[in-house]
Amino acid sequence: MSRLEIIKTYKIYIGGQFPRTESGRYYPLKNKSGKVLANICLSSRKDFRNAVVAARAAFGSWSSKSGLNRSQILYRIAEMLEGRRAQFIQEMQLQGSSVKAAEDEVNLAIDRLVYYAGWCDKYQQLFSSVNPVASSHFNFSVPEPSGVVAILAPQENSLIGLVSAIAPVIAGGNTCIVLASENYPLCAVTFAEVINSSDVPGGVVNILTGSASELIVHFASHMDVNAVVYYGSNEAQIKLIQENAVANVKRVFIHNKANSLDEKAQGPYHILDLQEIKTTWHPIENIGAAKAGY
Amino acid sequence: MTYPDFNKTVTVDQVGIEERCSRFQARSIKKETKVEGLKLALNMIDLTTLEGKDTEGKVRQMCYKAVHLHDVYPGLPTVAAVCVYPTFVKTAKEALKTSGVKVASVATAFPSGQSTRAIKIADTKFAVENGADEVDMVISRGEFLKGNYNFVFDEIAAIKEACGKARLKVIFETGEISTLDNVRKASEIAIYAGADFIKTSTGKISPAATMPVTLVMLEAIRDYYYQTGIMVGMKPAGGISTAKSALHYLIMLRETLGNAWLSNEWFRFGASSLANDVLMQLMKEKTGLYQSADYFSKD
Repeated sequence: MSRLEIIKTYKIYIGGQFPRTESGRYYPLKNKSGKVLANICLSSRKDFRNAVVAARAAFGSWSSKSGLNRSQILYRIAEMLEGRRAQFIQEMQLQGSSVKAAEDEVNLAIDRLVYYAGWCDKYQQLFSSVNPVASSHFNFSVPEPSGVVAILAPQENSLIGLVSAIAPVIAGGNTCIVLASENYPLCAVTFAEVINSSDVPGGVVNILTGSASELIVHFASHMDVNAVVYYGSNEAQIKLIQENAVANVKRVFIHNKANSLDEKAQGPYHILDLQEIKTTWHPIENIGAAKAGY
Repeated sequence: MTYPDFNKTVTVDQVGIEERCSRFQARSIKKETKVEGLKLALNMIDLTTLEGKDTEGKVRQMCYKAVHLHDVYPGLPTVAAVCVYPTFVKTAKEALKTSGVKVASVATAFPSGQSTRAIKIADTKFAVENGADEVDMVISRGEFLKGNYNFVFDEIAAIKEACGKARLKVIFETGEISTLDNVRKASEIAIYAGADFIKTSTGKISPAATMPVTLVMLEAIRDYYYQTGIMVGMKPAGGISTAKSALHYLIMLRETLGNAWLSNEWFRFGASSLANDVLMQLMKEKTGLYQSADYFSKD
């Protein structure tokens, strides 16, 4: 007996849930020959607002988890991604990749998650310092997460681009809202399902689909967003972000012509981007000529 | 005045009440209307601190906030009142002086109400003598649930007498008296015993204020008004923390009791975190930017 294929509904991911956009709007995603692959949610500014609320609510507990625990959770994402690799390869083929390119990209995405999992409890040592001061203080600086980060993911290489954008942000204890690639969003929605089954608390990662030109001003102007990360080279969009980010002096990071497939697209300095350095002056006994009193 | 038999109060159609409440939440209030609604809600708030760890400093800080809600937004109203324990009435009264913000005090062994009548009356008198404009009393829920309605009625009447010129709000703690039928019964007892306001909850028990419970109380007020022409106020308290839900309550108020009740003389929100959310929404309407709690005072 023949059976009807059950086709997946591609939805957005907010606060650990998969709602449709509140606006009810969608856009048809077509392949190169014009065949409709899926209807994709065209997220509105209210979806973004809801995602920020979810990300803010999740920030407290995520940022206070131990580095080790965040590491375990990132590693778990890699495990889950490994288990779903066939689905990702199939979706990338649908979107026009060759099998070889798709396989390479999934492999790289898994490896990159493992790479950042390793960094979760190590970047702190790398970027912390004990500072020499001229008074009786023990003076030290440590990195702390910035808070809620809004990310406009790369348009090309939609899976590795997304992973390269998200992993360093959450490894450092931030929570994020990501706008997926407009033309290649299938992997992003499936990646949300991977995250949802990987012990990542709801709200730590929120993934929206839709139009960057529509949402970019809201990404940059929302007062409860602490940083904006942009992947791309559209000068008009970059200007919009820089202008709108001033209201609460957001940190803005523009990755112009970034190539996610490159080895240089990963590294602890990507974690440092979304950290703020806290310096503490701790009073101690007078430091003697030979040894400190602490 | 003739008093009804409180054993035979009308019963409440729970399904009907819930259907009606869901309708109130489907209205679309936007732009100027929303701004006016939010300002009205702000002006109806009883800013509340009722914790064991309260100090004079905390109360003074809250009183400052009551008058200076968000000074970068010119023309904002103040809140209606601050609500504190009797021991802090004097502090609050001094801090608020000529601001027009009233001082409400809980009394009668708040929040449990488990004490003797003499102590409850003394508690009330202490609050009033220290300058409380309003007294929020709790009913004896145990006696109410036993069916001892005369006890509850007499107690409210005795506290009302002790209040003198202060307005009396009667708290039912609807989370403890459970059913909507009981809420209706308690409403009638309190109204006939002389309550100026009826109030849902102490905020110490969950569930606190809900829309169905508030609607039942509003309908009791309406029916009493039809019979006697006397207005009674309403105060839902606890659990209302978003501007959106405050607007839902205002819609319910408007469509149940009408325009006459749309002022802080007849309607209050008992809340502590609601004010900030309303302020954030007002700033959102003014600037077009979604706001962050980082830029609003915490207490």
